[in-house]
Amino acid sequence: MTPPPVKRPVLSGTVADRLFGWLAKGAALLTLALLLGILASLIAGAWPAIEKYGLSFLTRSVWDPAKNDYGGLVMIYGTLATSIIALLIAVPVSFGIALFLTELSPTWLKRPLGTAIELLAAVPSIVYGMWGLMVFGPILATYVQQPLQALLKGVPYLGALVSGPPVGIGILSAGIILAIMVIPFIASVMRDVFEVTPPLLKESAYGLGATTWEVVSKVVLPYTRTGVLGGIMLGLGRALGETMAVTFVIGNMNQLSSLSLFQAANSITSALANEFAEAGEGLHQASLIYLGLVLFFITFVVLMLSKLLLLRLQKNEGTRT
Amino acid sequence: MTTSERLISAADLAVERQARFAARNRVNRIALAMSLAAMAFGVFWLVWILWETLRLGLGGLSVALFTQMTPPPNDEGGLANAIFGSVVMVALATFVGTPIGIMAGVYLAEYDRRGWLASVTRLVNDILLSAPSIVIGLFVYTVVVARFRSYSGYAGIVALALIVIPVVIRTTENMLLLVPAGLREAAYALGTPKWKVISLVTLRAARAGVITGVLLAVARIAGETAPLLFTALNNQFWNGDLAKPMASLPVTIFKFAMSPYENWQKLAWAGVFLITAAVLVLNILARVLARRN
Repeated sequence: MTPPPVKRPVLSGTVADRLFGWLAKGAALLTLALLLGILASLIAGAWPAIEKYGLSFLTRSVWDPAKNDYGGLVMIYGTLATSIIALLIAVPVSFGIALFLTELSPTWLKRPLGTAIELLAAVPSIVYGMWGLMVFGPILATYVQQPLQALLKGVPYLGALVSGPPVGIGILSAGIILAIMVIPFIASVMRDVFEVTPPLLKESAYGLGATTWEVVSKVVLPYTRTGVLGGIMLGLGRALGETMAVTFVIGNMNQLSSLSLFQAANSITSALANEFAEAGEGLHQASLIYLGLVLFFITFVVLMLSKLLLLRLQKNEGTRT
Repeated sequence: MTTSERLISAADLAVERQARFAARNRVNRIALAMSLAAMAFGVFWLVWILWETLRLGLGGLSVALFTQMTPPPNDEGGLANAIFGSVVMVALATFVGTPIGIMAGVYLAEYDRRGWLASVTRLVNDILLSAPSIVIGLFVYTVVVARFRSYSGYAGIVALALIVIPVVIRTTENMLLLVPAGLREAAYALGTPKWKVISLVTLRAARAGVITGVLLAVARIAGETAPLLFTALNNQFWNGDLAKPMASLPVTIFKFAMSPYENWQKLAWAGVFLITAAVLVLNILARVLARRN
């Protein structure tokens, strides 16, 4: 009888080990390189525009491909305005949803409702955009804008705020659609941080006779403040960078002719989506890439702020327990 | 103070206390009612959007949708080339992005939990996760499309893969960290080399979680439009050549929905229905998988 042949591994242990380690490290380094690559390529692509306009690009409101003269103010204003409207709507609603899910909802409803809200976050943004353009926009124009116009006719400032053709397109529609989009993100972060509050704290407050609202507003909210802010920042980042939901309903007009909430406008993302593929090489394209760079910078700042806030929350937890 | 005065002041106090209690209760009731309204508000949009998608999407469903090409305006047709392009690009992007994401996740969880490279990588990963997808599209445009002077399926795949990578890194790392250290130590004690410990023990233990992450990444890129707009562009015809512009479902929907032609809009709704259904099914699948774990 011969002993069974000894199986020799194709790669000896140490070599394979080192190879695997390198592969893993290489993949990690690749992500670093990716970020640097994105920054470098955007700066390089935007260079003609940066060279020509410098930072004054941010405050110029001209956007005229025919004369080859560009400035980013209209788009930057559109991006910021729609995101702020979105947050104004989304934050209170998300807070209400989180409050409901953590304090009010019967246990059997918690899970399905929580799942439904999370699924709302997964729906592709193009669905929101198309729904906004075809279903929501007309309704907004007929049942909100026209009555408001009739009501505020002749009133200074307020009248201007709702002027414009009633087609349901503009800053307000985009803001509302964005709000619907970011509600699930903010609500699920808020719910998660509310659930982190130690039950003991809440029970003590209830034991002293506090009402549910008092427990939430005076115990839970102060305890989770930074986490809640971090969640809001996350939603803001989402709203700033969203393309499709905005592009469908904002109207893509590169002018800032009135302050009306119902006037067609433009945002950074929708300018890119609509113009980039058709833009000729040269200053037009460079200006669009410059806009992309600005957007990247804004979302980067928002992300860093939210990270700092969440970090502070973790630190506080560490000292308290 | 006489006894009667004392009694009167006590009664006053009691009345005041009761009034305050009533006021507090009132505030509480109002707040809770608002919270209920907020919940209803959130669910209302979800139901409305899904209902419209279902109503308008089901109307456009037909066999032709899957067998015919995207038509010119006011003509009969389907979405076959767009569906094919989407499936090909999503599949290849997942195929390219997943291994890179898993390896980077392995590095973070198994090789370098606290080092500087790991913390920098984690930060960069968060930045990439939150980067607007259209910026990813711009990047791929300047690096791939401008270099090769042509929009192509390859460029679309690269853009989608760049979105897959950070999602997979995040979930892989989190799932590997959940694997009990005892499992690793037992394997090491048997003299197993590290790469075998990782690939045969820890990654296998974290398999369900990693697959969940990949599924979520697929769901995310299946609906992505922005990074494809100026990378893969669009194509009206059936195209199996990745070096040429390629149609995809989201970009086709975008183009058709913004058009004034009724047949295009109808096809767009059918496409939206397909995408929503696919994404929701993927998400639910991922959830079921995660829960079973």
